[in-house]
Amino acid sequence: MTRKHLLSSADLSRDEVDSILDTAASMHDVQRREVKKLPTLRGRTVINLFFEDSTRTRSSFEIAGKWMSADTINITGKGSSTSKGESLRDTVMTICAMSVDALVIRHSASGACHQVAQWVDASVINAGDGTHEHPTQALLDAYTLRQRLGSLEGRHIVIVGDLAHSRVFRSNVITLGRLGARVTVVAPPTLMPSGIGDWAARDGFATSWDLDQTLYAASPADRPDAVMMLRVQRERMSGGFFPTEREYTAGYGLTRERLARLYAATPDLPILHPGPMNRGLEISAEAADATSSAILDQVSAGVAVRMAVLYHLLAGETEAAA
Amino acid sequence: MTDLLLKGANLLGDNGADVLVREGVIAEIGSIRAAAELDGRRLTVVDAAGLVLLPGLVDLHAHLREPGREDAETVASGSAAAAAGGFTAILAMANTSPVTDTAEAAERVFDLGRAAGLVDVQPIGAVSKGLAGAELAELGLMARSRARVRVFSDDGKCVHDARLMRRALDYVKAFGGTISQHAQDPRLADGSACCHEGEVSGRLGLPAWPAIAEDVVVARDVQLARHTGSRVHVAHVSTAASVEIIRWAKAQGIAVTAEVTPHHLALGTDLLTGYDPVFKVNPPLRPDEDRAAILAALVDGVVDAVATDHAPHARHDKEHAFPDAAFGMLGLETALAVVAEVAVRTRLLSWADVADRMSFAPARIAGLADQGRPIAVGEPANLVLVDPDASWTVDRSASQSLSRNNPWHGRTLPAPVVATFLRGECTAYRGRVRGQFDPEEIA
Repeated sequence: MTRKHLLSSADLSRDEVDSILDTAASMHDVQRREVKKLPTLRGRTVINLFFEDSTRTRSSFEIAGKWMSADTINITGKGSSTSKGESLRDTVMTICAMSVDALVIRHSASGACHQVAQWVDASVINAGDGTHEHPTQALLDAYTLRQRLGSLEGRHIVIVGDLAHSRVFRSNVITLGRLGARVTVVAPPTLMPSGIGDWAARDGFATSWDLDQTLYAASPADRPDAVMMLRVQRERMSGGFFPTEREYTAGYGLTRERLARLYAATPDLPILHPGPMNRGLEISAEAADATSSAILDQVSAGVAVRMAVLYHLLAGETEAAA
Repeated sequence: MTDLLLKGANLLGDNGADVLVREGVIAEIGSIRAAAELDGRRLTVVDAAGLVLLPGLVDLHAHLREPGREDAETVASGSAAAAAGGFTAILAMANTSPVTDTAEAAERVFDLGRAAGLVDVQPIGAVSKGLAGAELAELGLMARSRARVRVFSDDGKCVHDARLMRRALDYVKAFGGTISQHAQDPRLADGSACCHEGEVSGRLGLPAWPAIAEDVVVARDVQLARHTGSRVHVAHVSTAASVEIIRWAKAQGIAVTAEVTPHHLALGTDLLTGYDPVFKVNPPLRPDEDRAAILAALVDGVVDAVATDHAPHARHDKEHAFPDAAFGMLGLETALAVVAEVAVRTRLLSWADVADRMSFAPARIAGLADQGRPIAVGEPANLVLVDPDASWTVDRSASQSLSRNNPWHGRTLPAPVVATFLRGECTAYRGRVRGQFDPEEIA
């Protein structure tokens, strides 16, 4: 693979996704060793440039870089720039003037990583751009699902929550689609992105406003093989996207009652959530802590998948993974 | 001033004739013998065979950034870009810093334009003080000033308060004013909205600017214009539904006029997929259905005029993340070529129609008595020569503008402007303005 940047999940072909996930599996083995260090990226400099707060993504990129012997440096930028502040271009050019091999970027603005990739020589990895995409999250979700379900070919994955503002959803429909999964996305109409009807038809996923109809489909073939709940930001309520928290939970939460009904049919149903969770809003404590919950597996996979991404972009295929 | 003889130009693209200009006025049209001197006065003879002669273009909508952002554009540099693009008059939008909301501010812009002397710069006055949308600016004093302001606009912002809009429409009747409205309901499309609402905005995760945010304001404003018996002008109309509302309003006899921009005619939403802020503009680039509708409306006359919305920005203001970057794109130097590309080459508009949409109609809407006049004896010689068969490749670094946010960079367009004449004086020749070319070159 000779890819330089990872900006969008759409950048990756099915073969590339498979290859990254296979590499991630061997990285995951490294994670279980006593001494976790690989020499692969020795002498390489990876900057984690986070313009927006993040705990798990930033720390997992940092650990991934360190375990591969890259010099990883975290830089926390100001939030969104304004016409008075330094331009995004000036900020990244300043950092890249220090000879950087890769920039891992989180930004509150959609498209920021695409823009940066036009300006710099370094590899750019999108660690979440606004409400656009989060490709490494989709890869780690795919990795987690593959661990649980084996091949995702024909598997039905249901994604529920604030789709309009979710970069996780946008990357996941692409990556899961690449792996042959059937995806249904569920949200109230006000939390669906613009134009999703045309979009879903073009990309071959399904949409629904009715969670119960989706979870308890009459035909067993249409029932979910995994459910992914997305975070609902409480500040969306002030935007009037939905009336109250309890109304949201009643319509779209993975409640104890819904979990029990799902478990009656599929006791090992994987439950995913990219975090951070609003327990009691989109996901009940019972669902988050259920025996089949994959939420902590996702976090664990995050490091391995990010090691694999760094490896694929920076090390080239000729060097051994371990 | 030397006299001017344009030999063999196609008037409005039609019959070839010679046009003699004396002391800034069209003196004779017909078959005129060329000579170095005429009645003892020096005569510049221009071989205009194969060129189209149009009345000087009039732009209802340009941002010249002075005062306040002279690093992005000045009245002089904007005038130069306008002259190079074939314009002889431009209306300067009020959203400068400070805002053009007083007679003094309007006269300052007017005087800067006269001092530059490349086009007639006519200031637009703000509707509300400081564009705050709360209280009326001194509309009457601006109208009575030396600048004789007749068009008022809060452009960049919408006069969204219905009562303020109603009062403004009522008030300007006293001096024949027009309110040019930037139609954008701020509750449906707030200041962050930067991508047409649809599949592209959904996929890109960009704040959506739905067509309906324009349509509801246009619908309200035509009713307010009817109720007040006043005149409203819809700036940069960009949607199919707004066009239908304007069509209906005109059929009712409501005094509404409208403009479209070249970029809304030619560029579509899909260009945003690369997140290049050069394509960030307000209202946003719309999908093909809207583009087809506004083009059809320009052709059938429901939309009266083409206006550039020339919006220069310093490079660093376009190098922020897309949602944070400034809105707007350059337009003065490319407007005629883009119209030629989308409407003349396709035989939707004749050159006579172009003269109407880009000169006669905008001058009429703006109330400019000496601009947008027919090419006839006794009329001021505000003229532009266009080469209808040539093509040119846009190079943003060759622009007269101080800014480089040119969405047409690298594109090949038809119909370059050969020469622009303001009251008989050549203000621009092949992209260069007075002072940058040798007057002998024209002959």
